[in-house]
Amino acid sequence: MNYDFDWSILWEEPHRNRIIEGLQTTLQLSLLAWVLALSLGILIGSMRMSNSRFLRIFGSAYVELFRNIPLLLQLFIWFFVFPLLLPRDWMLSWNRMDNVPFLTALIGLSLFTSARVAEQMRSGISSIPKGLLDAASSTGLSNVQTYRYIVIPYAFRVMIPAISSEFLTIFKNSALTLTIGVAEITNTSRAIEAWSFRGIEAYSVASLTYMATTASVVIFMSWLEQALRIPGLIGRR
Amino acid sequence: MDWSVIIDNLPFLMKGLSLSFQLAALTMVLSLSLACFIAIGRISHRRWIRYSSAIFVNLLRSNPLILIVFWFFFLVPLLTGKHVGEFWSVLIAFVVFFSAYFAEIVRSGIQSVGSNQIKAALSTGLSYPQTMRLIVLPQAMRNVMPALVTECVIVFQGTTIAYVIGLREFLHSTILLTERTVRPVELYLFAALVYFVVCFAGSTLARRLEKKGIRV
Repeated sequence: MNYDFDWSILWEEPHRNRIIEGLQTTLQLSLLAWVLALSLGILIGSMRMSNSRFLRIFGSAYVELFRNIPLLLQLFIWFFVFPLLLPRDWMLSWNRMDNVPFLTALIGLSLFTSARVAEQMRSGISSIPKGLLDAASSTGLSNVQTYRYIVIPYAFRVMIPAISSEFLTIFKNSALTLTIGVAEITNTSRAIEAWSFRGIEAYSVASLTYMATTASVVIFMSWLEQALRIPGLIGRR
Repeated sequence: MDWSVIIDNLPFLMKGLSLSFQLAALTMVLSLSLACFIAIGRISHRRWIRYSSAIFVNLLRSNPLILIVFWFFFLVPLLTGKHVGEFWSVLIAFVVFFSAYFAEIVRSGIQSVGSNQIKAALSTGLSYPQTMRLIVLPQAMRNVMPALVTECVIVFQGTTIAYVIGLREFLHSTILLTERTVRPVELYLFAALVYFVVCFAGSTLARRLEKKGIRV
């Protein structure tokens, strides 16, 4: 292998600025999409556990639909198909917005991940002992209150490992949004490679970003898991 | 809406779909085989084997597939000194990437078998490779069958990523057609339907295996 390394190109303009912007976009996109996916996923997950048959079927259909279509194709559908199906005025104002690729990516990533969160939410809720729910309603809490004060705080803590791994999934999946033109870090790396033919240096930037973030999230979340564990439930050290 | 565009171009689309299936099938077989070695490496008694397989798995699991595809598309010609084509470069990237995920599944399967079986097998005079091949791995695979099937669905969904370096699989065929016919709505919805049917069948199978806890 004959390859002359030249790491200095990463510090040169315009590459340096591009890298900083790419990092920002990746972080913004994945954090926003993660928050949206969690909220929506909790909503859909609760629907699947509800007493209403309609809501249960709707929730399951939602999960199956978004889990069984590749994310890349979902992004294309949101980007190319969805605006065409809108009424004409809406379509025009959608196209006139700033940063349509970013918004599309946000919608696509959030909906795809919310289905996964809903699935994990269900296993989180199923792990709640039935006696706890009976006890809650016997103290006079309404159904909504039981969810608000008992089920969600409990399920949330049981789900911490799953929630953190969902963040990492969204973080890595955000790389796919380069296909619809979002300037995130993998896109930046590819642009630098195409510009300078320095593939190893360019792709290292993206790889290091993903690896460093993964490592920090794993460390932080295992600390959080210990700090918030429900006494007597999650294995202690 | 004009659905005839799909019927007119069905041979072209099916060619893409068959390439997607080939890529997925080859990836599943090759990466699962590689994964067995890595999983055994992860629980090896020799520290350097254990550490290097752990590094391999974690390195790949913390990178997105699309980036691995770019890496290999760039690196393979550089390392081998010749152009190998999109298919082989993508296949190598997929096998390496998914072997890390399969390895974690196989490892949890091996650990579910229990060390007594290994001791018993060794005491009957089987060598360590024989023990793994004849006693541990068959049981391990059965125990993690649902997770393996789910991962295969993810592999099939992942084949769409081959489009980024120009391999003409199903998604890429669809995109090329939309550019030629300007019928994005029909074509993308048709592609979504096809992927949905295949993946839904896979995930239903996984769920059924899990529910029954059956031994295949």
